[in-house]
Amino acid sequence: MDIVNLARFQFAMTTVFHFFFVPFSIGTVFVVAVMETMYYRTKNPSYKKMTKFWGNIFMLSFAVGVVTGLIQEFQFGMNWSDYSRFMGDIFGAPLAFEALLSFFIESTFIGLWVFTWDRVKKGLHLFFIWMIVFGTVTSALWILTANSFMQHPVGFAIRNGRAEMVNFGALLSNPQLLFELSHVLMGALLTGATIITGLAAFQLLKKRAISDENKQIYHKTMRVGLWLMLIFSLGSITAGDMQMQYLIKEQPMKFAATEAVYKTTKSPAPWTVVGIANPKTHQVNGKVEIPVMLSVLSYHKASGSVTGMEEVNAQLEKKYGTHIDGQKMNYYVPVNTLFWSFRVMCGFAALLALVSIVGLVMTRRGKETLYNHRWILWVMAILTFSPFLANTAGWFITEFGRAPWTVYGLFTIKQSVSPNVSVASLLTSNIIYFVLFTSLAIVLIALIVRFLHNDPVEWDAAQADKKATDPFAKGAF
Amino acid sequence: MSFLQALWFLLIGVLFSGFFFLDGFDYGVGMAVGTLAHNEGEKSQIIRTIGPVWDGNEVWLITAGGAMFASFPYWYATLFSGYYLILLFILVGLILRGVSFEFRAKSSDEKKPVWDRILAFCSFLVPFLFGVMFISMIKGMPIDAAGNIHAHFFDYFNWFSIVGGIALALLTYLHGLNYITLKTKGPVSERAQNFAQALYWVLYVGEVVFALLLLFQTDFIKVHPVATLLCLVLIVGFSVWAHVSTFKNKQGYAFAASGLTLVSLVALIFCGLFPRVMISSISAKFDLVIQSASSSNYTLIVMTIATVILVPCVLAYTIWAYWIFRKRIEMPKVGEAN
Repeated sequence: MDIVNLARFQFAMTTVFHFFFVPFSIGTVFVVAVMETMYYRTKNPSYKKMTKFWGNIFMLSFAVGVVTGLIQEFQFGMNWSDYSRFMGDIFGAPLAFEALLSFFIESTFIGLWVFTWDRVKKGLHLFFIWMIVFGTVTSALWILTANSFMQHPVGFAIRNGRAEMVNFGALLSNPQLLFELSHVLMGALLTGATIITGLAAFQLLKKRAISDENKQIYHKTMRVGLWLMLIFSLGSITAGDMQMQYLIKEQPMKFAATEAVYKTTKSPAPWTVVGIANPKTHQVNGKVEIPVMLSVLSYHKASGSVTGMEEVNAQLEKKYGTHIDGQKMNYYVPVNTLFWSFRVMCGFAALLALVSIVGLVMTRRGKETLYNHRWILWVMAILTFSPFLANTAGWFITEFGRAPWTVYGLFTIKQSVSPNVSVASLLTSNIIYFVLFTSLAIVLIALIVRFLHNDPVEWDAAQADKKATDPFAKGAF
Repeated sequence: MSFLQALWFLLIGVLFSGFFFLDGFDYGVGMAVGTLAHNEGEKSQIIRTIGPVWDGNEVWLITAGGAMFASFPYWYATLFSGYYLILLFILVGLILRGVSFEFRAKSSDEKKPVWDRILAFCSFLVPFLFGVMFISMIKGMPIDAAGNIHAHFFDYFNWFSIVGGIALALLTYLHGLNYITLKTKGPVSERAQNFAQALYWVLYVGEVVFALLLLFQTDFIKVHPVATLLCLVLIVGFSVWAHVSTFKNKQGYAFAASGLTLVSLVALIFCGLFPRVMISSISAKFDLVIQSASSSNYTLIVMTIATVILVPCVLAYTIWAYWIFRKRIEMPKVGEAN
């Protein structure tokens, strides 16, 4: 165990855990905002109960998302101090703006939204939740501005031994950012829609008597959730495809690895559906191929060859040298990780699109076909967990595919780590985070399960009951 | 040193002041959940005073950290990697404390006390460790030529830094008590005021010990005699003002004065450091100074423009939110609640 590997493990663990909750929150708050908008427009109290009920799920995910985000800001300095020195001039500004613009809005308006139901005008209350949506979306913008720079540095100069910003506009108009942001936002919104649809399916699967109003609320939830699932799964696929087109040109190594292409293909190129790559022999074992398909996927036409990793590596060695800081380098990336992550991500996106169509058909015009077929409810319920896998897989492609760099072409992972942090410190923090995250996840799931013992109508009535004896109802506000 | 560099040093100080003023009372309120409340109803009453605002207050810390990263990357890198384990436990404290509000609300009645205890303990741990960090920092840390800290346990934890940590925790506790006095009605409010009146006597002792240690353990009095003495006078002066206000039942003044005590402490640290940002105990040559620890002029300009536009907006809606939640939190009359 050396500090680089421990620091990398920690980065992976903390960001993956954090990113369970980021799209969860961005997505669910959007779905809840749509629900409250429907309440505002129709004045139908069922929509209000629905909004408050699912709003609780958002609140739980947001709480964990915020606190795990703290680690992110601290760990650049703690584990990656040399990276911070090299990149601070560029990387710090988006982080500071994220706090100034987004975090203040999110936290302040969540406080307002939660504590002012029935106490301010409906329109103002609706404004609060859309401000939270604005905060979450701009938060994604800033952090991805920073990440996009690491993937594709623009608007900088190397001076004083570090990367210095020379054009802030270039950072914001980075083409990498355009694709990354749209892909991440689509994925996040899909996550929210899928989770709420899936949880509604869980509620319908439980064998117990449900009142008509609850049934109606779950039906409405399903309709909203399924529509948004359809829109955002198609959106994710489109944005993902655009990003891949961009990768072919900008990061051909990453692209070739997601398709496990070692040797430059003939034209038209066959597509490896599944297979296991051997990084030593550069062979792909047990592969199932579809002819011509890779050209279609890559270039949207029946011709064109794909540059293989061997050729790309040779080009990169020529460009960046075979040695950095006296250490021998090559530019290969973990090919199986990328190859399989890509299949997990795309597979789930396609599956969610399909399931949403089936669900919409089975619930059209108030039909109850969906609720009489338990198998499809089970599929939806199980798919609640799929966005977490798909999102993680997506980041695996993006981040592992950048190896060996932290900042593409400028700064390597080995150069980035804190030189003065000991293995013991890193090991301690890894263990503490691991225990902490496991506990948080268990408690969170337990609390969600506990909350879902309620149905919206009874829960709302219980809240109103509590309010009658609530010590704070009168003077509190 | 350019004007912008000095400005950003000041702004980092302002952000930390905002953090200690605002999140300071959140920690005090958190500690009060474990020490002041007699029953479940009072605990809820106390937590409810910060329910809608604590999260926004904590963003001041995130902003201070982000701004330090952006405007003084070398300071950020040295400080955060050098205080690895202290920051780790600060993070653990902030994480557990942060989720405790939401988790408590959604837990069963039997599990609530667990989260209350976590909230109270972590609310002490975080300001205590911040105190240890900042006070050992101004004493000087073994910073080498490359700007890296290679420190031993006693560089972090010594009499001076521990007194500093306890003093900071006590200041935030008092600040929280003054906030509770101001924001609640009934027995909780009175009890908080009585607690504060008694505890200020302890604080005075702490402040004298701290001031003496500061004079001997740091070079502040040599480098900036006037500013250092002025800040020390302000710290004591605001404490006395807050104390007197609690006796006169001027609750708003007491709260403002305890907040300003915290701000004066930040001012003391930043004045004493200037023009350094980190002091090396190995050699003055290795001190990190504003001039060379900062970002490029271009980045500072971008940051300044964004700050000038965004901070007034942030302040406006933060004040608006506090105004919406301006009423005091009451407890039910006996027999009214179940």
